[in-house]
Amino acid sequence: MRHLVILGAGTAGTMVANRMVRRLSPRDWTVTVIDPETVHLYQPGLLFLPFGDRDEQELLRPRANTLDEGVTWVPQAVRAVDVGGRRVETDDGRSFPYDLLVIATGAQVRPDLTEGMLGDLWQRSAFDFYTLDGATKLRDALERFKGGRLVINVVEMPIKCPVAPLEFAFLADAYFRRKGMREGVEITFATPLDGAFTRPVASKRLGHLLEEKNIKVVTEFACGSVTDGKVVSYDEREIPFDLLVTVPTHSGADFVTRSGLGNELGFIATDKHTLAVKGADGVFALGDATDVPASKAGSVAHFEAETIIENLERAAAGKALEPSFDGHANCFVETGDGKALLIDFNYDTEPLPGKYPLPGIGPFSLLEESAINHQGKKAFRWIYWHGLLPGKPIPVPAHMSMAGKRPAEEA
Amino acid sequence: MKKTYAGVEVEVDAEGFMTHPEQWSREVGVAIAKEQGLGALTDAHWKVVDFVRGDTASQGQSPGPRRIVQGSGVSMKDLYALFPKGPGKLVARVAGVPKPKACL
Repeated sequence: MRHLVILGAGTAGTMVANRMVRRLSPRDWTVTVIDPETVHLYQPGLLFLPFGDRDEQELLRPRANTLDEGVTWVPQAVRAVDVGGRRVETDDGRSFPYDLLVIATGAQVRPDLTEGMLGDLWQRSAFDFYTLDGATKLRDALERFKGGRLVINVVEMPIKCPVAPLEFAFLADAYFRRKGMREGVEITFATPLDGAFTRPVASKRLGHLLEEKNIKVVTEFACGSVTDGKVVSYDEREIPFDLLVTVPTHSGADFVTRSGLGNELGFIATDKHTLAVKGADGVFALGDATDVPASKAGSVAHFEAETIIENLERAAAGKALEPSFDGHANCFVETGDGKALLIDFNYDTEPLPGKYPLPGIGPFSLLEESAINHQGKKAFRWIYWHGLLPGKPIPVPAHMSMAGKRPAEEA
Repeated sequence: MKKTYAGVEVEVDAEGFMTHPEQWSREVGVAIAKEQGLGALTDAHWKVVDFVRGDTASQGQSPGPRRIVQGSGVSMKDLYALFPKGPGKLVARVAGVPKPKACL
């Protein structure tokens, strides 16, 4: 008997487990998933909770219901991976040998890595919205907010869903307008990068959104500490806040560093085209857990899964790996008032305008606000639970395509 | 777009970041640093620049401040003193690698 072991049952791990169990013969292979969390969280839904959505129960499913019957789920945390001995140890002292291993343990937010972040103001006037706890507490705080300085700060890159902080700023603008109190709220977006938009075409086409929405942007702001109601950068600039929405530093899972597989933040050194973990035979990684220069986003995990599945089968058969992952990402970006943008890009091609997925027709518009894009984002939750996670075919190609797009020079 | 540094013609993007790291040399780096108002580059500057070039080549993306600090052995405070105002972007310019960017 041979063993496929998958660490983590988020978007990436669940998709891979459910699809591999149908491809591998149960007479020859076992498929085991190790994840201590007993519920699966639909993370894209978190963005809407602070602005009044109360459907958090719809964002959760019991883990057991998301995994195929043929998959063995072990509800334990991983203590370490021994890549030499080809085994995984869990916190309860058990040891799981593997022939093939997939690491899909994602990224976690680490407010503890910023000096002063977890002080007196934490969850009183400083919140994250990347956790269910943070997003629901922030909802209460926004409801109570009487006006003043709202600061949205990305502490450092990389983060999950890199567009979410900007979406948060847009939705906050719309939220306070709806409540008739926008004039009493100063919204500041502080980023460690050199602009809210960093890609030339997006920057040119979307830069006006921030000005129109009266969102102040502070650039190249690397947050070093939070003290006395101010975020302070390493070069000693200060931004005072009445309400801070922080996107904390992210790190990989703790066992990654313990097992010597991680970079400075615990992300796994992974080949960006084959998704094989560097220096570890029979080990693959996908989703937010890797260090590949793609966005940490569900769509990326989805497209990576195509490559991983192909390469697991190749590895099982002793064949050479296919370097097929192109960095493809496809993300809806909420801009407020029931509209959204859609962006589609990869390692080599920046987000460009056009129509998607059908060239010239859409129905989605790339790099342009539309109500249909917003409906697409909202409808995606159903597709996630009923199509993506169970591993049913989704009619979008894994590789990025230029069809229907206007090249950068033209745009 | 083309620009000339230290007598060498190099390809740059619309913002002036070099797009072909292999066209870079230490002389080119010195000329870019001068253009950016950095003055003479010290050993500490070079420690950072050398790390960033090697890391970008192996990782396929320009490193952020935390990675630079850990990889080069220069402290965060010193990094900001060496490359004031957003070291990520300034280091990338001098080192002839793409600027650190997000997806949008």
